[in-house]
Amino acid sequence: MRINDISLPRVSPRVLFVLMSAGLLLLPVYAQLIDVPFYITLVSRMMIFAIIALSLGFILGFAGMVCFGQAAFAGIGAYVVLVFNHHAATGTPLVSGPLTLHSTASAFVTWPMAMLVSAFAAFVIGVFALRTRGVYFIMITLAFAQMIYFFFINLKGYGGEDGMRLSGRSTFSGLIDLGDQLTFYYVTLAVLALVYFLLRRLVDSRFGLVLRGNRQNERRMAALGFSTMKFKLVAFTMSGAIAGLAGALMVNHGEFISPAFMHWVRSSDIIAMVVLGGYANLMGPVLGAGIILGLEDVLSSYTEHWQIIYGPLLLLVVLFARRGMYGIVTGRGADND
Amino acid sequence: MSISLLLEQTLNGLQFGVMLFLIAAGFTLVFGIMNLVNLAHGSFYMLGAYLFATVLQHVTSFWLSVAIAVFATGFAGALLEKVALKPLYKRPYLDQVLATLGLILFFNELTRVIWGSQPLNVTLSGTLNSSVSVGLGISYPVIRLVILAMGVLVALGLYLGITRTRTGMLIRAGASNRVFIGALGVNVNKVFSWAFSVGAALAGLAGALASPILAVEAGMGESILIFALIVVVIGGIGSFRGAFAAALLVGLIDTFGRLLLPPLFGDIAVYILMAVVLFWRPQGLFPAHG
Repeated sequence: MRINDISLPRVSPRVLFVLMSAGLLLLPVYAQLIDVPFYITLVSRMMIFAIIALSLGFILGFAGMVCFGQAAFAGIGAYVVLVFNHHAATGTPLVSGPLTLHSTASAFVTWPMAMLVSAFAAFVIGVFALRTRGVYFIMITLAFAQMIYFFFINLKGYGGEDGMRLSGRSTFSGLIDLGDQLTFYYVTLAVLALVYFLLRRLVDSRFGLVLRGNRQNERRMAALGFSTMKFKLVAFTMSGAIAGLAGALMVNHGEFISPAFMHWVRSSDIIAMVVLGGYANLMGPVLGAGIILGLEDVLSSYTEHWQIIYGPLLLLVVLFARRGMYGIVTGRGADND
Repeated sequence: MSISLLLEQTLNGLQFGVMLFLIAAGFTLVFGIMNLVNLAHGSFYMLGAYLFATVLQHVTSFWLSVAIAVFATGFAGALLEKVALKPLYKRPYLDQVLATLGLILFFNELTRVIWGSQPLNVTLSGTLNSSVSVGLGISYPVIRLVILAMGVLVALGLYLGITRTRTGMLIRAGASNRVFIGALGVNVNKVFSWAFSVGAALAGLAGALASPILAVEAGMGESILIFALIVVVIGGIGSFRGAFAAALLVGLIDTFGRLLLPPLFGDIAVYILMAVVLFWRPQGLFPAHG
């Protein structure tokens, strides 16, 4: 009873890729033609979540790690940018004491810092979590994500549970003005493209092959002499860094961040994006993020109770369309083997 | 800390613990035996609370309302198991997590449609709304003592049911080797369907009992579910004994953590406990036999 055999017009992955790229490149033009600039904001949001979904799709689809804390990593990145910008705007030092560090709102500093801090969090969590498997891995990443969530709830200096407004978007030394929504759109698209191509190269590299081998049979990879734990830890850390970068974009997009963004239900939304889109290919998570946020937008325009439709829809997708959107559209299988 | 505060907080911790046990019992059963991660288990807790609050307005009898809420939740559990969850038993955890997440969203929204998004307040009348002296000059709310007593009674009942009855034996046997007892002519799926509804009913009971002391609102299931997950993981998946011990442990640690530790550490004490247990003893403190 799978809709594998449904007769949808099939497109090859390459055609799908071209369609998606052209769509994303040209959408602002279309939005301005029909005079609905809201689409630019909406699709920017989709692309930011697509980056978070990619960071999870990479470790989930290619290394078999179902991480329940992706939203927490993104949240860390967002808070790093928030803290920098807050201190830059108020003119207070970032660190005072024997060593005084002054803050900056420059994206050239804050975005790499966001990646670095998120990567560090992922590294520390990975050291502990990667010793466990299967459902225990889901649980332990959930536990750590909750710790991060409560850490930010207790961070009273930066809004605590209520969160905080971003005092001005990140700056690019006057080169780029992120305040302009069209510019923001193309910056986000550029980051998405960069992350996509980087991961694309990575999963086809030797490193990626080892990860995929791990996913199929870790013991065999270990017997072949690979230090599987190290490979997984590196992948997990990279995933955290990418989510952190998306977080930096996210806080610039909404100009606001609160711990609610890191709630475990948010992390499961990311998982839903990855599974709905399909994780056999990196295009899947991007599709999934677009579909879920698009669905949310469309359904919520009909009824405020849109989740009453969305919830069962998730169940149906799991039951009958396991290969995700990517699999349905391209006719490829559920796994990348 | 004075002795009276210690006593009061210990009672609070134990009361929270037995409530967690009521929820964790069904979850661990389903998780350990059918290998199903049912995140929507917290929805039964929410459903129990809403049904209780609604019935109480009409029949005014506390115990009758509890009974109706428990039976209705059990029935809802049976229905859900048949319609939505059976096909998930043999699926990977990822699918189960996602599908049952969809169910959570559905149930939360359903309660908003039926009961509105304002939290319901449940006020009891008579003795249940009063406090009694429990010694050391402390007067303690009766409803909390009722929760504690019910929790202990249910735990005892479950223990006897699982160790002394034929159904309990079948459940244990099914947990050890599902295929084998199927081959012996036992309808395993039927036994487990019953077990599932009993688990749902217990979560409903917890919700009904907790509704006078908590706000009844959509989403109340998730915050308690995550504690139930912690309990199940710490106690050992599929283990009743473990769930009971871990529930009391988590209840006490959470209560005293919030009282004694700085805010951040009070909030995350139980998560740290869970991470430590997963790290050192992934099978839990009291792993199930077989």
